[in-house]
Amino acid sequence: MAAACGRGLLAPLGGRLRACPRASLRSLTSAAPLYDVVVSGGGMVGSAMAAALGHDIHFHDKKIALLEAGPRKEYHLPESYSNRVSSISPGSATLLSSFGAWDHVCNLRCKPFRRMQVWDACSEAIITFEKDDLDDMGYIVENDVVMSAVTKQLDAVADRVEVFYGSRAVGYTWPLPSHSCDTSPWVQVELADGRRLQTKLLIGADGHNSVVRKEAEIQNIEHQYDQSAVVATLHLSEATDNNVAWQRFLPTGPIALLPLSDTASSLVWSTSHEHASELLTMDKESFVDSINSAFWSNVNHSDFIDAAGAMFRSALSLLKPSGTAVRQLPPSVANVDPESRAVFPLGMGHATEYVRHRVALIGDAAHRVHPLAGQGVNLGFGDIACLTHHLSAAAFNGQDLGSLKHLLRFETERQRHNVSLIAAIDLLKRLYSTSLSPLVLLRTWGLQATNALPPVKTEKLKKELIDLKQRTQEEHRKLEDYYTQQIKELEEKFQKKVGEISQIQLELNLIKEFRREKAAVEKELEDLKKSIKISNRKHQEEVVQLERRFLEEKKRLEEDAEKKLMMTREAAQHEAVLKSPRV
Amino acid sequence: MKALFFCFPHSLIMRNVFSRRISAISFMTWLSLLRATVRRLLSTSQSSVDPKEMRKFQLLAHRWWDEQGEYSALHSMNDIRVPFIRDTVLNMGSAYQRGSPLSGVKILDVGCGGGLLSEPLGRLGASVTGIDPLEENIRAADQHKSFDPVLAKRIQYKCGSLEEIVEESVETFDVIVASEVVEHVADLEMFIKCCSQVLKPGGSLFITTINKTQLSYILGIVVAEKIAGIVPEGTHEWEKFVPPEELERLLEANSCSVKTVNGMLYNPLTGSWSWIESTSINYALHAVKSGDQAQTSQTEPLSEMESEQCSATAGTSV
Repeated sequence: MAAACGRGLLAPLGGRLRACPRASLRSLTSAAPLYDVVVSGGGMVGSAMAAALGHDIHFHDKKIALLEAGPRKEYHLPESYSNRVSSISPGSATLLSSFGAWDHVCNLRCKPFRRMQVWDACSEAIITFEKDDLDDMGYIVENDVVMSAVTKQLDAVADRVEVFYGSRAVGYTWPLPSHSCDTSPWVQVELADGRRLQTKLLIGADGHNSVVRKEAEIQNIEHQYDQSAVVATLHLSEATDNNVAWQRFLPTGPIALLPLSDTASSLVWSTSHEHASELLTMDKESFVDSINSAFWSNVNHSDFIDAAGAMFRSALSLLKPSGTAVRQLPPSVANVDPESRAVFPLGMGHATEYVRHRVALIGDAAHRVHPLAGQGVNLGFGDIACLTHHLSAAAFNGQDLGSLKHLLRFETERQRHNVSLIAAIDLLKRLYSTSLSPLVLLRTWGLQATNALPPVKTEKLKKELIDLKQRTQEEHRKLEDYYTQQIKELEEKFQKKVGEISQIQLELNLIKEFRREKAAVEKELEDLKKSIKISNRKHQEEVVQLERRFLEEKKRLEEDAEKKLMMTREAAQHEAVLKSPRV
Repeated sequence: MKALFFCFPHSLIMRNVFSRRISAISFMTWLSLLRATVRRLLSTSQSSVDPKEMRKFQLLAHRWWDEQGEYSALHSMNDIRVPFIRDTVLNMGSAYQRGSPLSGVKILDVGCGGGLLSEPLGRLGASVTGIDPLEENIRAADQHKSFDPVLAKRIQYKCGSLEEIVEESVETFDVIVASEVVEHVADLEMFIKCCSQVLKPGGSLFITTINKTQLSYILGIVVAEKIAGIVPEGTHEWEKFVPPEELERLLEANSCSVKTVNGMLYNPLTGSWSWIESTSINYALHAVKSGDQAQTSQTEPLSEMESEQCSATAGTSV
């Protein structure tokens, strides 16, 4: 039933999905822990992917697992430099700083470089890359330093990201795309020690021999170059301001000197297998001599090429007299670190598909390039940035993380970016692997032209940029002055207003006091009036009383007087009476 | 009653007509009551579910989770309706927890089908209850969520219609989502009333549906069903499409105020949805139930002030 519905649903989806080879019973697998994302492979790219997801805000409550076959390593910065270094582009540095790892890298050890000079061994053609301003073109960092920085950031989110050290995945079981069947819809991962994990999304970051890619049966276009790379840590004959990366294209392959410090540089020499093993076994002096002659000797020059090159250069100088970029001389090597010589084979690879239902490939599992452009790990970091962006958006929309919808968007975006770059690097490698005159001539002229014209452009652009900057600075200054003036005027006005306001406030206070006093005075007035009225009344009453008393007294006195008068009259009458009868 | 009193003196003439009318009316009501009870007994659930619609969806119950199958348009609609719901709920001011923007929010997904919308909302942290009248749909939804322990805890599916859960869950949900449902419902008024009853005061109601215009007939029925086969034939009936004005009227009648209406457009070439200005074809609507809580909280400070004033005057008068 499971197989039938699986095949029935294959038709509309074409070859992108396959029926699972082993259908597992739900009862067995329901015990296996379920993770939202499992990253298989704990190298620089795999660990950085797990760290980026772990630090993402929308993955705050999700479970992530990282499977690493090696043991956990405690890293202590050694005195000598490691022989495996990478050139980290500014974009990759931005990704590493997005989850806080770049600070650790800078604290440990990292060398920024500002310029890159690339030239041909068969002619005088040269091209330099550099950025204007004081921006760094890139950073040379030891791989161990990057790993340690990323591991530290992984430890910081250990509640979300579980790292399985010493675990190797031996088998994967892919789910059927539709869920009408009873089988588990998740990817089953079987580890070497028998443990099982389930996951909604499996990210394969396990290198160019990716097991994930093989098990998912994704076709891989690959090609082994007939070259091996020799790496070593070199000491320069004299301390110099070592901030230029040097690369010379020899007919056997490019030799590159990457700065590590003022006295040390890292060697990456891609050459034939036989020469590589020779270089590995020869003694120190001959090794150093062969490096110096590779950078300095002109044995591959032919007169014809030189003449043609000189002619072209003079023609170019007629067109634009400012001349080609200044040619710097590479440093000479004095010594090589013992035990630092190593060889590893080179190849090119590109997976036809980066994603399947619930599977995504990043880093070397998806694409493998020649180190001549220093892009290998930067492409991987670019994959991480893109995939994290899409997964974060999907998590914020509540979508199923393993859904092909957003995985396909990631694949389209990255393939568009990667395929052209990988093809160009491969083309460059093939173009520079020959010393046939016509091809050498072609690439010489090409290189000279590219070097000559961009300096024109870049010089003009540089001048324009500088002018523009000056102009904008002047405008800024003018604006600043204007605004400061305005601010001053406004401040003066403001101060005046403040003064006026304070005066007004004082007067207001005075008015308030006045009002208060007025109220008090009025009250006093009222009281006085009342008291006057009262006293008036009393006065009147008293006057009335006095009048009455006076009148009473007067009456009494009058009565007394009358009485007395009557009495005297009577007395007089009496007397008169007394006197009269005698007669 | 007044009319009765007026016609009473005339009723001597009209009595036989009146009584015949009364008997006719009583007979009709008895018959309709009988019909209604019979229908209620026979149907699995009550009036807002249409049995014809249920039969249509029964045939496709196992196709829910095929992202390239018959329901692919609904799968890709999640790309715009989930952010719409999520952002609106976040803007309403609930505390944002990192990683689960909808945690603590109780959502009811009416007509959840196979759980296409319930699962993303559950992944964002909400506790979702999904209801659907069709048993097969609930089974498919339950089976799909059972593989993910986090979702299995957060989402509950129940078979039944909205009316059946109204009695036991009055005012329990913060958000109700009825996406692509109201154009299949038999009694829209009852549906909206039940939604309003089950929603907490101040809660949000999200509806996505199809407008009833000539354009929606041409594009939604003729092109989508018959020509391009985006939707299986017979899924939609133009008569049951709901214009946003009618939905607004019903919502206002049930004390829900409409906050946003946005038009949506499906591009069959890319298989993706986008927001557009015009609501002539598909549209999404967000309404908020007016909060009784909000009203009481407004009156409380007023009464406090009044009591203060009373005490102040009382003091001075004494």
